[in-house]
Amino acid sequence: MFDALSGRLEGILGRLRSRGRLSEADVDQALGEIRTALLEADVEVGVARSLVDGIRARLVGEELSRSLSPGQQVVKAVDRELVRVLGGEALRITYAPAPPTVVLLAGLQGSGKTTTSAKLARWFRHQGRNPMLVGADLQRPAAVEQLRILGEEAGVPVFSEATDPVTVSRTAVAEARRRGRDVLVVDTAGRLTIDQALMEQVRQISSAVSPHYTFLVIDSMTGQDAVSTARAFHEALSLDGVILTKLDSDARGGAALSVKEVVGRPIAFASTGERLGDFDLFHPDRMASRILGMGDMLSLIEQAERQFDRQVAEEGAARLLQGQFTLEDFLAQLQQVKKLGSLGGVLSLLPGLPKELKGAGDLFDDRQVGQVEAIIRSMTPAERADPEVVDGSRRQRIARGSGTTVPAVNSLLRQFREARAVMQSSGMFSGLFGGGRGRGGAGTDPVASLAEMLGSAGPSGDDLGTLRGDLSPLESSPVPGLLGGGDLEGLAGRALPPEVEGPKGPRAAKSKKKGGRVTPKANRPGRRG
Amino acid sequence: MLALWIVLAVVLVALVALGLRTGVRRGRRARSRGPSSPGASRPATLPIASSPAPTEAPVPPADAAAASGPGPVVLRDGMDRTRGALSGYLRAMRSRGSVDDRTWQELEEALLRADVGVATTTALLDGLRARLRSGELRGAQAVVDALREELERSLVAADGSELHFAQGATNVWLFVGVNGVGKTTTIGKMARSQMAMGRSVLLAAGDTFRAAAGEQLDTWGERVGAEVVRGRPGGDPSAVVFDAVQRASARGNDLVLADTAGRLHTKVNLIEELKKIRRVAERPPGKVTEVLLVLDATTGQNGLNQARQFLDAVGVTGVVLTKLDGTAKGGIVVAIERELGLPVKLVGVGEGPEDLIPFSPAEFVGALFD
Repeated sequence: MFDALSGRLEGILGRLRSRGRLSEADVDQALGEIRTALLEADVEVGVARSLVDGIRARLVGEELSRSLSPGQQVVKAVDRELVRVLGGEALRITYAPAPPTVVLLAGLQGSGKTTTSAKLARWFRHQGRNPMLVGADLQRPAAVEQLRILGEEAGVPVFSEATDPVTVSRTAVAEARRRGRDVLVVDTAGRLTIDQALMEQVRQISSAVSPHYTFLVIDSMTGQDAVSTARAFHEALSLDGVILTKLDSDARGGAALSVKEVVGRPIAFASTGERLGDFDLFHPDRMASRILGMGDMLSLIEQAERQFDRQVAEEGAARLLQGQFTLEDFLAQLQQVKKLGSLGGVLSLLPGLPKELKGAGDLFDDRQVGQVEAIIRSMTPAERADPEVVDGSRRQRIARGSGTTVPAVNSLLRQFREARAVMQSSGMFSGLFGGGRGRGGAGTDPVASLAEMLGSAGPSGDDLGTLRGDLSPLESSPVPGLLGGGDLEGLAGRALPPEVEGPKGPRAAKSKKKGGRVTPKANRPGRRG
Repeated sequence: MLALWIVLAVVLVALVALGLRTGVRRGRRARSRGPSSPGASRPATLPIASSPAPTEAPVPPADAAAASGPGPVVLRDGMDRTRGALSGYLRAMRSRGSVDDRTWQELEEALLRADVGVATTTALLDGLRARLRSGELRGAQAVVDALREELERSLVAADGSELHFAQGATNVWLFVGVNGVGKTTTIGKMARSQMAMGRSVLLAAGDTFRAAAGEQLDTWGERVGAEVVRGRPGGDPSAVVFDAVQRASARGNDLVLADTAGRLHTKVNLIEELKKIRRVAERPPGKVTEVLLVLDATTGQNGLNQARQFLDAVGVTGVVLTKLDGTAKGGIVVAIERELGLPVKLVGVGEGPEDLIPFSPAEFVGALFD
């Protein structure tokens, strides 16, 4: 998601970065290109204008800093402006003192309301709540049926009856009290258009259940219209936020930027995949770094902390360190990674991954991971411990056993060997586990090594590195190596706050307890200059 | 430490899986270098076509509730809101008469707001600028008129916007698109209009993924009186399409309307699945004569990517622009037509079963300007 936008911005900013001095013409040209990039990302015309104006104002304003090159300052201005438009922090849900807390979802047809309802209900369940779904879309054929199936999958009961939407919703509140359900998620009917009938029905439902939260569901692929839709719904219902769906497409997410700016309500949640679990709170500050191509480690770590088995993870790391990492260990790690969601989605969260690998994220699906699993599972324990013993006839047996082909088995073995070798040799380990700051040249950048290994040149570690070193929310990125070692070293002396040194695992955990909020901006190099 | 390991584990898994993928691909390519390359050639369709005009068929009682909204709408009514957006600019511009920087800015903004896109807008306006400089155009009104002509011309399909139908064969029309664009609903409407033309329609519920998609199509089948072939939830959609073609051929249906699950064009595995559906549908007696990309008119610049990917994967033959009443935009089809040569064949302008009408460039553009 946001890939194309971040790609464009990276290109524009990368060129500026290398300049020692920027002329007014340079800046004008860059701003023009930024405007085009934003418009191509479906940012609303007016919002694009205000963004560009804001960036320009920051550039000529008082924020100029001596420690940054002019190019870096442009990058910083863009970043700040993106964060401003996206809105600062993630929404915090508070629950009604007298349950149930009622959440109303509205939106146009096909935006994904029904699926989103189920995802949201599942999310509440994982927050330790007792949600109930209400099927108030009695319009679309089989909508309630769809909700029932999804509700079952999410482990959330569904209430609906064949009366009318308003009655269903009203009855549902009483029903929730009776059943001791403390959160109610109401799915309403969509229309093709923002018309009076739709607004009237939703308004009636709204006044019948007096929702604590009203969310508008918007397809992230929507164009300029997203803003007028949001505005119309906001006028009728007084929205509390927006839920953005289908963010796993290559849509550039301009709607996300625009809606907040125009209706003044944040993006509350985002849905990033077809599975019910692919759904979470939207973190505007993290999204800004994602747009700038800097990954989102913080989200990944939060997710991992919920779902990784710490012991398995530590054992795996230790064995890799000792050079005893076997396919058996790999399999255990693979199970863990699978818990994080789709591999492509996880990859997109990693900062500084070369485009080649990031783009490859789209190629992955659970079936490929499943194939890897099948192949390893078709090996004997001895083969897993020492892949070298796998000869021709064993290969054939494994291929047959796993339903794959001999080339597939070969390729897995080769890939495993190479990947293990890179991991062990990249020196990143000593840096990471020794508590260093990722000193050294591009050779210690695992990403660069990986890119090399994949046979692709990748972006020069130097170039991206500086951008990253300059801008990435260091606090949120616990892997100094991934930030591009070379440049970090240069910046570290003057810019890194002392607490950034050393492994960041515990720190990340701490900040999570504080509500997952960090202040990535506060400690940026620029502030200190 | 945990965090570090996560990164490593993810990258490790990704690398191995990626390697497997390329390895397998290599293997597959080697094997498939046989004499026959499946799916390489598009079927030569017999363009014995006719436009699926809205029909006079009586509305069955089941529809009464759904059709309670406004009756059949004409395109222009549906486009009211764009008209507001665009014509405001145009009026102001015309009243000024002369063409200055502000004129160009406003024209640009107007086109961008209709989702025409930066590249297409720039190309269109650059052309107009040149013509103005050369003295061919004089005054704001002439520029606006020329823009209108240009847009219209770029929307007129080279080979017409008619739907291909091979007489005497078991035609398969495949409906593809991303999630939530209205594929199933479009099929329901399409079934009605095609049956009214005397074609014998069978519906294939190829969306086995989305919960209750089959039920939704069943409801439409009942409404229009067409048989629906369904599979098991989560089953192989190709099998459903295969069964539907077999059934159609056995029973003498000459048109199979095949639904598919909505899929993002970026999901390689799902696109592969779609290719397979197309290959299977192509097996005799089946004959794929249309692959229609269903596109939500509210779609922004992403629509071009969608069209490109689906075109590459399954040889899309035309676009159905849905929900046009909702946004009155859909400017992205200009870019799709210009860049990919994909014509818009039909537009969905409302929720009623009759609200699927042939696309008219003149009307589409006219509604933007008047």
